[in-house]
Amino acid sequence: MNRIARETVSPRPRVPSREGLADTPFEPRLRALSTAEDWMDWSGCLSPRALGAVETEYFAIRNQATLFDVSPMHKYRVTGPDAERVVNRLVTRDVARLAPGRVAYVLWCDEDGMVIDDGTLFRLGPQDFRLCCQERQFAWLHDIAWGFDVAIADETGDVAGLALQGPTSHAVLEAAGLALPDLRPFGIAEPEPGLVISRTGFSGDLGYELWLRPEGALALWDRLWVAGADLGLRAIGFAALDIARIEAGFIMAGAEFQPIHRALRPSRGRTPFELGLGHLVDPGKPHFNGRRALLREAARTPRRQLVMLDIEGTKDASGALVYHRGRREAGHATSAVWAPTAKRNIAFAELDARAARSAGLRAEIYTLKEGRWERTMASATVIDRGVFRPPRARATPPGRF
Amino acid sequence: MSRSDHFDAIVAGGGHNGLTAACYMARAGMRVLVVEKNDWLGGAAVSRELHAGWTYSNCSYVCSLLRPEVVRDLDLPQHGLQVIPYTGGATFTRDGDYFAYHSDHRALEREIARLSPRDVEGYERFSIAVMRQCRFIRPLLLRTPPDPVAPRPRDVAELVYLLRRFHDLGPRETGEAMRFWTASVGDYLDGFIENPLIKAHLAGSGIIGTGLGVYSPGTAYVLLHHYMGDVDGAVGAWGFARGGMGAVSGALARAFRAAGGEVVTCSGVERILVENGRVTGVALANGDTYRAPVVASGMDVKRTFLGHVEAQHLPDDFLKAVRRFKIRGSSGKINIALDAMPRFPAAPEDASFLSGDLHVSESLAELERAYDDWSVGRWSAEPYVDMLIPSRIDPTMAPPGKHMMTVFVQYAPYDPERDGRRDPAHWDEAARTAFADAVLDRIERVSPGFRDLVLHAEVRTPVDLEREVGLTEGNIFQGELTFDQLLFNRPVPGYADYRTPVKGLYLVGSSAHPGGGVMAAPGANAAREILRDARRLDRTERAFRAA
Repeated sequence: MNRIARETVSPRPRVPSREGLADTPFEPRLRALSTAEDWMDWSGCLSPRALGAVETEYFAIRNQATLFDVSPMHKYRVTGPDAERVVNRLVTRDVARLAPGRVAYVLWCDEDGMVIDDGTLFRLGPQDFRLCCQERQFAWLHDIAWGFDVAIADETGDVAGLALQGPTSHAVLEAAGLALPDLRPFGIAEPEPGLVISRTGFSGDLGYELWLRPEGALALWDRLWVAGADLGLRAIGFAALDIARIEAGFIMAGAEFQPIHRALRPSRGRTPFELGLGHLVDPGKPHFNGRRALLREAARTPRRQLVMLDIEGTKDASGALVYHRGRREAGHATSAVWAPTAKRNIAFAELDARAARSAGLRAEIYTLKEGRWERTMASATVIDRGVFRPPRARATPPGRF
Repeated sequence: MSRSDHFDAIVAGGGHNGLTAACYMARAGMRVLVVEKNDWLGGAAVSRELHAGWTYSNCSYVCSLLRPEVVRDLDLPQHGLQVIPYTGGATFTRDGDYFAYHSDHRALEREIARLSPRDVEGYERFSIAVMRQCRFIRPLLLRTPPDPVAPRPRDVAELVYLLRRFHDLGPRETGEAMRFWTASVGDYLDGFIENPLIKAHLAGSGIIGTGLGVYSPGTAYVLLHHYMGDVDGAVGAWGFARGGMGAVSGALARAFRAAGGEVVTCSGVERILVENGRVTGVALANGDTYRAPVVASGMDVKRTFLGHVEAQHLPDDFLKAVRRFKIRGSSGKINIALDAMPRFPAAPEDASFLSGDLHVSESLAELERAYDDWSVGRWSAEPYVDMLIPSRIDPTMAPPGKHMMTVFVQYAPYDPERDGRRDPAHWDEAARTAFADAVLDRIERVSPGFRDLVLHAEVRTPVDLEREVGLTEGNIFQGELTFDQLLFNRPVPGYADYRTPVKGLYLVGSSAHPGGGVMAAPGANAAREILRDARRLDRTERAFRAA
């Protein structure tokens, strides 16, 4: 028996590797819309940090509808008789409870229980899964799948992804002839052959993600663009989405945690419990990677705790050190932003577990003011994650706006 | 009389300041009743659907001054308030050109240079001068003004605070501050900018809501008043409340109810009850009576004391000062349901500045003539208009592809002149139509075909504002924002601390410091004084201190 997971092997291309960033299938539309010329590297692809003004793009997420190219995301397909068992060995949640046609937010860990990455897991069929994530996981998936009857494919370049997010996003779908009034959050639909739409996203608002072969990418973009003309549809870059995701309380790899496979310093690894995501660990399910370590961790109080802070004033607390009762350093902000809709100055912060449970926190914020750095010790309070989670994000059928 | 008729405090008038004060009191544990004469809450911060499918911000129409501290204290976003900034604006000219006030800094520089190369730096200097004054004045908004004449220890501390701020400003800027508080917006702009069109575009904020012309002393401050707001820290920026300005009062009302507050609508306060110099409650128009040791009036100072408190309870000098309080109506409004986006041939198709404030006055001279019409009792033949199309940004205001336009019109008299006589009753149907025609014709000139797009229009004169909202003479600020009526002079000298000659009766509306606009500062400041008197400050104190 072949104990190595099957892998779709395509002929090795003869084109030499190019320096610089690769284009995504939506590149022609993005370039045409860019006035800011503010680009970034997302997994080796050219990706807009902003196309125009970040503020306008952010408010389009919260008030209208937005298109964001998520094609650079790594996408892996796991299929075959053992697909469920393999995916269940990978992630900490119980995938057996994920019905076909549904999506789950998942984490996976190394054998010490340290988070490797997080992502969304699509169950496209009983034996058919797609995993979307920030980091490369191809080899890791093969490691996990050793001895199981599955096929693993890297679909990153074969599937174009477009996030349509914002309160009028369903109205845009409807105007484009793609209405999905019954699709619940985390549901998957295929309104047309070859076009998969999931009610998922990184904005915390009403939103969808559309998946299709790259050949159809531009036609889909144009179709949505026309449909959204009277619904405030805008294309956006990552900077706007980053504000929205912090406001919605979503963590990000590389900011709130360091993927353990990339960390030089093993001490930088974090368990799901330390990230405040213990509820995503199912200790009852059979073996999964990191289970033993996580069972141990579950029994004791975590050393550190990722929390959301509400910080006095309006100054951006990015990178701020956080002190507990005077001068004792208790942690630092991992991501911070003025939440423009919730109107709060917030930050994800990693704190000593004891500090995270008590009052008397202060964030040390440095602000450059016309050539001079000013230091502020702003009082900070631990609050519930997600300062903006409007009911419209969960309404089924979704509202017009 | 049952227990349910007794409250710790009654707020007369459910406008945004009344609701703000009510929220703070309820959150401090007081049992609070808000009484409102209309069957909706919000005063001049309302959204109403008068044409099916369209939402109008019937009175106030944009949002910037609303104090972020209040928004945060009262968790207004949690209660549904979403403020969306708008950017840019333009003034169109008769000859088919325009000045575009781009939000993009570089684009604005290029646009100014196109019209007048030297004004690029002039505008830069003007902006810095205005922002310096804003920096100085913004912290005063959430503070109770000191009484410089009969100072108590608190007043002395507050005066010292004021002097310190002046000291920080330095001698030259202090002089500049004085100029700002007293100069006309016309003179002020003349000192920085040469191009008449750019000046006209910038001068509008100096006259909005004010019975003064661009060359009348005091209008520079009115400009400042419109600049000192912010959206997310961008000082001077303005936004739309998603769902119209009623979203502001809607969120306040929800916050108030969540804190256990009670509301009575459809019947206003007829009489504020006073016994032995102390307030005891209110009697409503429908005959109901409610008792409370504290009454907070959201009505303007004239309406409160000349209309609802018996003169016998008030000292002469106070009454005289209230009668003299300047509260002249000077503006009207037209809310329009449009069948499509109007065309502005001068502007590039889909220019982003069309989502901002649009105007048609080309020079300060033209603005001054508009004022001249008003001062003799006519609406302006060539009015200043502040038009916005919120539906370009806010999808909740009109059906997709259709639009809602709000047109603020300056000037319109409260009591138009006819045959040598001035009378509010002269606002009859014919007058209202003629007034609306003057405005629509003016828009049509820069947007051909505009009138054909009008599906429905709500015309609002100062008299309508007085009747519906209760603003005396239809003055949108509950009293003009001139130096003689600001800070410790607002509403009248000696009573700037929200207290009145009647013990337990407080003013919480825009007649009090720091004045008008959907700011919620008077309501919040007044609540702090009420809670101080009731010795319940502890809970709110920290929030205020932080502010």
